[in-house]
Amino acid sequence: MKRIYVAAARCTACRTCEIACAVEHSLSRNLSLAIAEEPRPVARVRVGNAGGRPLALQCRFCEDSPCVDACKSGAMHRDDAGAPQIDRERCVGCWMCIMVCPFGAIEADRSRKVALKCDLCAAAGTPVCVEACPTGALLYGEREEFVTALEEIR
Amino acid sequence: MRRTVDRAAEKVLDAAAGHAPATVWDRSDAMEPRCGFGDLGICCTICLQGPCRIDPFGPPGQKGCCGADVDTIAARNFLRAVAAGAAAHSDHGRDIAGTLLHAAKGEAGGFRIADPVKLAAIAKELGVDAGGLAPEPLAEKVALACLDQFPRAPLPFMNRAPEALRKKWTKAGLRPKGIDREIVEALHRTHEGVDVDYRNILLSGMRVALADGWGGSMLATELSDVLFGSPSPIRSKANLGVLKADEVNIVVHGHEPALSDMVARAAREGELLEYARQRGARGINVCGLCCTSIELLMRQGYPVAGNFLSQELSLLTGSVELMVVDVQCVMPGLADIANCFHTELVTTSPKARMPGVTHIEFDESKARLTAHQIVRRAVDRFPQRRRDRVNIPDETMDLVAGFTVENIFSNLGGTFRSTFRPLNDAIISGRLRGVAAVIGCNNARVTHDEGHLAMTRELLARDVLVIQTGCSATACAKEGFLRPEAAIGIAGRGLREICEAVGIPPVIHMGSCVDNSRILRALCEVVREGGLGEDISDLPVAAAAPEAMSEKAVSIGCYAVASGIFTVFSPPPRVEGSRNVCEFLTSGMEEITGGRFSFERDPLKGAAEMVAHMDAKRTALGLPPAMYGAETAAAAPVEG
Repeated sequence: MKRIYVAAARCTACRTCEIACAVEHSLSRNLSLAIAEEPRPVARVRVGNAGGRPLALQCRFCEDSPCVDACKSGAMHRDDAGAPQIDRERCVGCWMCIMVCPFGAIEADRSRKVALKCDLCAAAGTPVCVEACPTGALLYGEREEFVTALEEIR
Repeated sequence: MRRTVDRAAEKVLDAAAGHAPATVWDRSDAMEPRCGFGDLGICCTICLQGPCRIDPFGPPGQKGCCGADVDTIAARNFLRAVAAGAAAHSDHGRDIAGTLLHAAKGEAGGFRIADPVKLAAIAKELGVDAGGLAPEPLAEKVALACLDQFPRAPLPFMNRAPEALRKKWTKAGLRPKGIDREIVEALHRTHEGVDVDYRNILLSGMRVALADGWGGSMLATELSDVLFGSPSPIRSKANLGVLKADEVNIVVHGHEPALSDMVARAAREGELLEYARQRGARGINVCGLCCTSIELLMRQGYPVAGNFLSQELSLLTGSVELMVVDVQCVMPGLADIANCFHTELVTTSPKARMPGVTHIEFDESKARLTAHQIVRRAVDRFPQRRRDRVNIPDETMDLVAGFTVENIFSNLGGTFRSTFRPLNDAIISGRLRGVAAVIGCNNARVTHDEGHLAMTRELLARDVLVIQTGCSATACAKEGFLRPEAAIGIAGRGLREICEAVGIPPVIHMGSCVDNSRILRALCEVVREGGLGEDISDLPVAAAAPEAMSEKAVSIGCYAVASGIFTVFSPPPRVEGSRNVCEFLTSGMEEITGGRFSFERDPLKGAAEMVAHMDAKRTALGLPPAMYGAETAAAAPVEG
């Protein structure tokens, strides 16, 4: 399956991906309006600190997804392609998925009491964070494509 | 997004597509997506502990490392923009004052006092004792009195403002302590760990801006009139079609009138014309871009090739031998395009040089010589022009420019001297709903000229007389709105009656962007004429910059608001990240000066807000509604 891959060396921690993600998951899809929406739109990608270096990270779509195993309500499930997804209707906000995610890639939307994570922009073309990244640190594609791209970057 | 609504610009872009160097639009596309933190004004790079960003989707109460919150950060960034804009205008004013001083002492080769009558009038306002002095010694005193406004108060031109406004300024502490001093103070104030109160910071912005509008910009306008002559209504042409296929094309670009005045004069001299003929050209064609061009247009009727976003396109026509630039709004991208053609780009200001570009420094004492040298270089390039690469669109448009406070109504009503009575009467009767100043830049993030045209068309249809300057005026000139006959097609019935009776265009061109000070003065005259309240904020007037781009525009917007004018400003000046800052600018200011901002992006909605504002002011003054209000509205339904 196509995934978002991160070329860590290119990440400059500008957080443009975070903004693009929050706007994409807002009601208005317009930055000026989105920042005033209540409840606040939530980004599903976060620029974190990976051993002193910045790293933009979102759901890795693990094959062995601890979040799915930990979910007691069945909200976190695998779709037909085997990718972990959240059914927001069934989420009870227990945050167990957040506890077990090895990447810290699940966000708690406290106002709505649901867990949120990357949905690859519902697979409608290239995810916005990838489009938005000004340095090309985020790539969207098959694993082999990423390996090739990474060699070029190096 | 469509790049431009200007047919000539579109033709040049289409012809260049695929095989020409990148233009501002290509580079703008490459900038997408813009950084959201920067766009919202909530990235602070002031101290070296940062950059600190406030997450606009994060919880409230976030702080930068020093403890500054989102309001402080947005307000400080905003103030720095205002200070930079005010600095640009005011430094331009300083240079004009310097040229006047040198001209008065006979040290500025070729410059002399062109309007001694205006000089005497200004001297009186500045409290300079004319005492039977000849123009030159008087000019020296006036220049010094103007230069004295930079380090310290008072700014005597502020006395032009209605008493009610002056009282508001004093009460709110908005009296500038000197032009330079306010700018320096703004930089101090925004330094790490100084002013934290966003209201206090924003008020400082208003004070800096007032020092620009009623100081630096105003003295630039007045002294330019003294030095280069006061404009009077004059016919000319606009758009890229003013470039000539068989003549040497010299494009003047930037903002200052001094060198371009000399270049234009040199290009008329027999010796150089003969030199051009020897090189195979039929003549020497001087035209321009941005405000340098407008200074030449207003006083001598030289044609305008385009506005800010047309600058690269003028070179892409392959027909420009030489572009001479001074300061402000000169895109660095010009150098790359000039390199692809036979065009020579020449910088002239010690403040504005470009790597690899010819620099011929403008020295006032040798102004005539420098201008000759520049024209000669242009002629030398003419034989290198490649006919097969010349692509001049045939679009040109007639226009009338050259209006000033002194002359705008001097031909009105058949009276001997200038009076604003006919304008006031037209507003009072409701033939005119009000007056709008549509001004400002172009911006690659907005479809070129679309904002100016859509807004102006809408206002005209609703019987609003539109006053313009700068790139906005050029946009409307290209569309034909600056022709008196334009009133027949696009103006509402009341406005058309006025235009036809007086023979003025429905859109009045009042000059360059420093000449927005003329608009301030005109509004003071309207108040003084009587019958429309005691203050500028009482008048049924509004302002707008629908395609704002530069920091100068931010400063202009602020001095308009600080002078009591409702001002629609788009795109917003990077303050949206702070609700409090936005709130203060869009409503808090109204309690202080009666003016306020609106950051409405849609030009038609912006125009509707301006019209609603005028109607509210009419009601407050006890005036009847616009005479043909309903009829006009029906004739011009809001599009989209």
